[in-house]
Amino acid sequence: MNAFERVQIARSTNRPTATDFINTLFTDFLEMHGDRRYADDKAVIAGIASLEDMPVTVIGLEKGKNTKEKIARNFGAAHPEGYRKALRQMKLAEKFNRPIVCIVDTSGAFCGIGAEERGQGQAIAENLYEIMALKVPIVSILIGEGGSGGALALAVADEVWMLENAVYSVISPEGCASILWKDTSKTKEAAECLKLTAEHLMEFGVIEAIIPESKGFEAMCQSIKAELVNTFNKKKGEDIALLLEKRYRKFRKIGERTQ
Amino acid sequence: MLRKGIFKKPKNELEGNRKLKQKPIIPDEMCVACPSCKKMLLTSDLAEHFNVCFYCEYHFRMNARQRIDYIADKDTFIEVDSDMTSYNIIDFPNYDKKLKAAKLESAENEAVVCGFCKIGGYNTALFVMEPYFMMGSMGTVVGEKLTRLFEAATEKGLPVVGFTVSGGARIQEGILSLMQMAKVSGAVKKHSDGGNLYLTVLTDPTTGGVTASYAMLGDIIVAEPNALIGFAGPRVIEQTIHQKLPQGFQRAEFLLEKGFVDDIVHRKTQKKYITTVLKLHSKGGEQHECI
Repeated sequence: MNAFERVQIARSTNRPTATDFINTLFTDFLEMHGDRRYADDKAVIAGIASLEDMPVTVIGLEKGKNTKEKIARNFGAAHPEGYRKALRQMKLAEKFNRPIVCIVDTSGAFCGIGAEERGQGQAIAENLYEIMALKVPIVSILIGEGGSGGALALAVADEVWMLENAVYSVISPEGCASILWKDTSKTKEAAECLKLTAEHLMEFGVIEAIIPESKGFEAMCQSIKAELVNTFNKKKGEDIALLLEKRYRKFRKIGERTQ
Repeated sequence: MLRKGIFKKPKNELEGNRKLKQKPIIPDEMCVACPSCKKMLLTSDLAEHFNVCFYCEYHFRMNARQRIDYIADKDTFIEVDSDMTSYNIIDFPNYDKKLKAAKLESAENEAVVCGFCKIGGYNTALFVMEPYFMMGSMGTVVGEKLTRLFEAATEKGLPVVGFTVSGGARIQEGILSLMQMAKVSGAVKKHSDGGNLYLTVLTDPTTGGVTASYAMLGDIIVAEPNALIGFAGPRVIEQTIHQKLPQGFQRAEFLLEKGFVDDIVHRKTQKKYITTVLKLHSKGGEQHECI
């Protein structure tokens, strides 16, 4: 399978969305709306739930299932208020010492007048900055598209896992072809060059695990659930300072030079 | 009595053609037209005037060395990691060629210059991004140099002053560029948790992954007049929403109005402004301390 075919699978509309994962992985899910500053961004689902019997905070980027829902959720492209809602819930997770699970699926942060007026760049920057030092364990799971800064704002974590057909990239293949080569017909080549598949990201040390999809959705979720429980149990016992240092090192080592 | 035909155009070569066939030749490097008001400016005058147009205050794009000359106290700048260079880390087509061209165009090894200096007598870490190196795009070397600078400043308890100019994350280094946003933001956080000051000066243009990370993380954020500052570039937004953007959208003045920058500071007062900020945050003793 070539890289662009992977991109197409990752974008496929019959792929499970964040809601499916939340419903299957957790129980007692209570959704919490709004960023307390401007609005409730429906592209981001945030709330609290049980993972087996462990309280957790759950954040998901949701694209929507049918046309009506897709429009309401802005196709999973969050505005600044979405990232601020996520951060607000993460801060509460820290206060109540709950681990955090992020489920990422977005073509990217929204590009529009309102998004710029309300500080899209600032909102993403603040998430990167705050999440890096958040004193609870965090796992991010990329389930479909990982679109640049809009995905990264929910993918600063102790561990980043990726479904085998998910993609994660600095720019969309279309954007890359149009900006670098001024030729959108070269999208396929761009997808290849960007090295955006799970295998490549594993090789680069950007992600910690690749989740196979072949077993079917239910079975896959069972193994994700078991892995989450396992990981959080391990990390909860860890010294916080050490956890944070490891998180910092995880990103620090990418592109590190030794001179 | 007026003689008839005195203002008549000569009819042929023999009558003499007083019209100059050639415009006077001015060497390219001697003068430049202001992109904003189109008036001609002598480059020698411009350099003495902080690269700002005399007539309309247009701030010309400046390279990193010129800025360091304006901002750092004379002969105090000590550069670090100057020899760190990028390579084709994910084997992206034509990246080697582009790097080579960027080095030639900018006479720098990468898109950011980092070091330590005094500003108005105060010791500080300083980074200045280089617009003539692939439009200040952030790849792994930019990320690494900045992270090292913040780490060193944290250790020494020094403030960081940074000038940003960037088209965003460097596409040719793929996901590894994106990760630099998190990496540098993490280093900024550590620096901040150590009680140290971070001041950013956003210059034209500051966009994409740089805006969405360290550009927007300053304790104090100021911008140069009329600088374009945003997450998505204006062209991308127009293509997404199929609308023309309003006048002044994403300019420094717009960000000030929306509450995302602390102030707009003209280039000629920047040194004074930064010195005052450093003075107000000084922990005592920095002024004469050896770096």
